[in-house]
This record gives sequence, C-alpha cells and structure tokens, in this order.
Amino acid sequence: MSKLYTFLKYFFITFWTVFVVAPFLWAVSTSFKDFQSVNSKVTYIPWLDFEPTLEGWRVLIKSPAKGGVDIVEPYFNSIFVTCTASLISIVLGTLAAYALSRFTFKAGFVRNNDITFFFISQRIMPPIVLSIPFFIFLSTIGLLDSLLGLVVVYIVLLMPIAVWIMVDFFNRVPKELDETALIDGCNPYQAFYKVVLPNSIPGLIVAGMFCIIFGWIDFFFAFILTFTEVQLLPVKVVALNSSITPWWSLSASALVSVAPLIIVAFIVERYLSKGNLSGALK
Amino acid sequence: MNLIGEKISYKPDEQFHLNDVSFNFKKGNLYTILGRTLSGKTTLLKTIAGLLNPDQGSISFEEKDFIKIPVWERNVAMVYQQFINYPHLNVYENITFPLEQRKLSPEQIKKDVDEALKTVGLVGFENRKIQELSGGQQQRVALARSLAKKAKILLLDEPLVNLDYKLREQLREEFKRIFSEGLSQDTILIYSTTDPQEVMELNGEVIVLDEGRVLQKGPAKEIFENPSNLKVAEISNDPPMNVLKGSKNSKNLNFENISLEIPNHFKNLEDKDYNFGIRASEIKLDENGEQFEIELAEISGSETLLHLKRGNSKIIALIEEVMNFKIHEKVKINFNANKFYAFGEDEKLVSSPYGGTNG
Repeated sequence: MSKLYTFLKYFFITFWTVFVVAPFLWAVSTSFKDFQSVNSKVTYIPWLDFEPTLEGWRVLIKSPAKGGVDIVEPYFNSIFVTCTASLISIVLGTLAAYALSRFTFKAGFVRNNDITFFFISQRIMPPIVLSIPFFIFLSTIGLLDSLLGLVVVYIVLLMPIAVWIMVDFFNRVPKELDETALIDGCNPYQAFYKVVLPNSIPGLIVAGMFCIIFGWIDFFFAFILTFTEVQLLPVKVVALNSSITPWWSLSASALVSVAPLIIVAFIVERYLSKGNLSGALK
Repeated sequence: MNLIGEKISYKPDEQFHLNDVSFNFKKGNLYTILGRTLSGKTTLLKTIAGLLNPDQGSISFEEKDFIKIPVWERNVAMVYQQFINYPHLNVYENITFPLEQRKLSPEQIKKDVDEALKTVGLVGFENRKIQELSGGQQQRVALARSLAKKAKILLLDEPLVNLDYKLREQLREEFKRIFSEGLSQDTILIYSTTDPQEVMELNGEVIVLDEGRVLQKGPAKEIFENPSNLKVAEISNDPPMNVLKGSKNSKNLNFENISLEIPNHFKNLEDKDYNFGIRASEIKLDENGEQFEIELAEISGSETLLHLKRGNSKIIALIEEVMNFKIHEKVKINFNANKFYAFGEDEKLVSSPYGGTNG
C-alpha cells in the first residue's frame, strides 16, 4: 500500500513537473530557431536538429527603424508601473487594513465588514465593466496613454488584494499585542510601526507578491488605456504577432517577461520554506 | 496619592461590563480581584490601564484625573492571561522595549533589565527567541518586562490561568516571593483571578466582582470567613459553597428531612427559613450519617469530589483521599454543623461560624 502510494506520489510529481516545464523548454528551444527550423519540420535540440541563431533575441533590442521591435522600453514601463502601483497599494492597503482590523467604523448601516467587502467587490466586477469608466475618467483628467494614468488604474486594481490579505493577517495578530505596546509607552503610530509592522512582514510579502503578479500580467487595461506614447510589455509581446508569426522572437519575449516573476517566486519561496509565512495565507 | 475610582460604569452593548464600581487602592498594597469569567475583571484592569474609557465615573491617581491621560503616558504595566510578548524581539529586547521607549540611559536600562531577569529566574535566556520558550517562561518574560518598568501601577490579569497545573503552583509560589521582594513601596499591585485559592494565598485586599458589580470588598480572610451573600460564597470557594434550603426551629436545623442539632453560633438566630451554606470540605463520609446518592465522582490530585443528591438538593463533598465510587451508589455523610452559614431568603449573610453578620 505504502509502496503504491510512494510510486503514485512520484509519478504525479514527475508528470506535473514535465507538464509545467515542457512548454518552457519548448519556448527556450524555439527562441533560437529561424524561419526554416520552425516551419519545415518538427525540431527539438539545437545543433543536432537545427542550427541555433540569436536572431529571435536580437530583434527584441533592435530599434524599429532597423527592423527590430524594441521591447526594452515597454519592459521598463511595465516594471515602473507594476512596482509603483504595488508599492502604493501595499502602503495604503496596509494602513486601511489595520484600521479595518482594529477600529470600529459606523456610517449609517455600513460597518467594517461592509467596507472590506467594498474593497474586494472591485475585484469581483468583470474588468470589462470598469474599462469604459476608466477610459472616460483618464481622458477627462488627461492621463490617457500615460504611465501615471496606468499607475492610478493599477492602484485601483491592486489595492483590494493588499487590503484583503492584510485585513485577514491583522485579524490574526492579537489585539493585546498593540495594547501592550501602548501600555509600554508607544503612541498609536509608534505601536503600529514599531510592533505591528515588524510582525507583519510575512503578510506584507504575500500581499506584495500578489500585487506584483497581478500588476505584471495585466493585459486588458494596458491594452485599452494606451495607444502609441506608452506601451506595456504584455501588449508589446502580443503585438509581435503580425502576418507572419515570428515564433522565435515571440518565445524569446515570453521568456523575458516571465523572468521577473520567477525571480520573485524564488525570493518568496525562501520565506515560505522558513515557515515564516505559516498562517499568512489560508 | 492613591488610585481612586468612583462610580465607574462601562456599557458598550446591552450589558454592563462595569456597573457602579468604586475603589481606593493604596500604594505598596496588593489587591486581588476575584470573579468568574466575564465578571468584568479584565474590563476593570483595562479601564485602569487606559485602554478603555468608562462611560461614567472617574479615576484619579496622585491627585490627577487619570482618564485625561492617554495610555502611553500613564506609566502602568500589565500582564495578560495570554502570553503576550513581542515576537520579533528576543527576550532581552522584549524587556528593554518599554525602557527604551522612555529613553532611559543605556546603563540604567542594563541594570534594570538584569535585575528583572534575576527576579523572574531567566538569567541566561537573554538571546532566546520568544517562540523558543515554554508557556511558563513566556509569562515570566512578560512579568519581567512589567517589573523592569518599575511602573507605579502593576496589573496582572489572570496571569496563571493558561499554564498547566504544576507550573501554576510553582509560579504562584514565586509570585508571592516576587511581590514581597521585587516591588517597591509605592507600587500598587492589582491581580485578577478566578481562583479563590490564589486569592487566599496572595492574602491581599480582595474585591469580589460579579456581572460588573462589586459584591464585597475586604481582606482575603474576611471574604473567606464572612462572605456577605450567597453569590460571594459561591465565587470565593472552589468547589462553590453548597447551599441547602431549610429552616430553623427551636430545637433543630431542618433540610431535606435531615435534622441537625443547632450549633452554638446559631443559638440566637430567629426561627424561620434560611439558605444554609456549608463548604465541601466540611462534609465527611460517616457510617452513621445521612444517606445521599452519588451523581458523579471526580478524582483530582489526591482528593475526590463527590457530587451528591438528595431530594431537591445537590451538594459537593470534598474527600481528602482517592476513593472509587460507582454512580448512583448510596453513601452516608455527616455535616460539620459548627461550620454552617445561614443566609436569609434575600441571600444575604445572617450568621457565620466566624461571627460575622451582614450589617
């Protein structure tokens, strides 16, 4: 019985690993191919099956004038928008979550839980519903097709995640901890940043990770709210696809766009394996 | 110079958490607040600390209006029943935290912390993480942090309740030593508990709280000997004092078809109906005694608690040895009539074996 269990366990682990990793390897392989190697017959291994070329990668950094696509600028745009929006969302979201977790709000029939739900409801709505209001809003204040406009929209998208995760996290930090800090001579602000915040690092990491992932992978709003001035990476990658699909540069750009998330995952994984995140996520 | 509370009420919802509570705590004394769970003990301590603001009433300390002073400027210390320490700091940093908050000199901090660590017996644990300590040790750290502050008001909210039996006994002994050695003459120590035995051992001034109301105040001995009403008698005894509805006539005390000779301290009692009170420890097994039926027998440590029934009366007897009984077995017991209390039908104390009466 236990042998069968061990066998099945390793079988499924192997199966799943192959299932997940194979497309990546396929993309790595394809990124070094040229037109001939992609279209003539199925090829797998460089040097053996086909002659590798760096053309797929070179196109990505060449300027359009020289026949390239130049994803460098969209890349940094994406990093800027994601990081700025995530940072602001985490800072504001953490403060909001702390207030929602520790103080009692009453406004008519509205209570703390209703406010928390209001934040989350922003994520429940299909994005398409939000697109027209956002479009009109940004065009009214003149931020359409600009980095700042995207940051504003992404804060709206990311802050609910931060609030949601941090409310849940703060609710599990005993209230007596804040009270002890107050008794020990901290005013409420000191209690927050000297005691509550240092003990919330696991929650902040999880919230930050989700903000970065959701900000980085967003295509829809980046597509609708930008035209020519500003482009984000996901839009640029998809735009590579023209009358001839350039599988090689498409693969290469897909790989560079997932790279930051892989790095983030590795950093967070270290905290996860230390057990520091135990209880931070349900 | 005392900590004085007057007519404090706190009613955040339908129920009173504190109802017209007044006190006058003097420096250098130990006060225990005895009450069951949800009787308002924690609320009272939090009100003194400043974490809660009462709806009515006033608190003054050293002639100043305490309610106007925010928590972080009150110079109180509090130990919770949960073991609350700062998880991101080690033992030493936990104890220095309030001192650094007060911006004392590093030499002074070191001296105070070392002293506190010595008092609670945690020397050598300075660099440990809180998570690496046992429950008892964590509570010692919390206590050390409170002691190192040298606060003028030290609040302990059921500090032993979450510890296992053996550790509780041990720490209780140490508390008595710490309270007599480690505290200066101008500290007011307020200790809340549900455990009457703890109250008797700490032997301070007692306040009995129930449903947010003060039922009785006085020295521990007085509360034990002369509980002012049935409720206090129940709360201040573990197991709770037994209550038997009965009456006195010129010859006997009568209850549940049992007649007892009138003890000396009841001689002058009016002949009428009473609620008689008798402690579980004053009931003994006796071949010539009265017959009761066993409903439950619990063995706790070296004692046996017998839950007995006769007619409408249910009582608990404490037998000081381990014995095995069967449920529904009949046993014969004898009451020590000299230790009977008489409470009126209004539940107030009428006569006690120690000579106290109500009013």
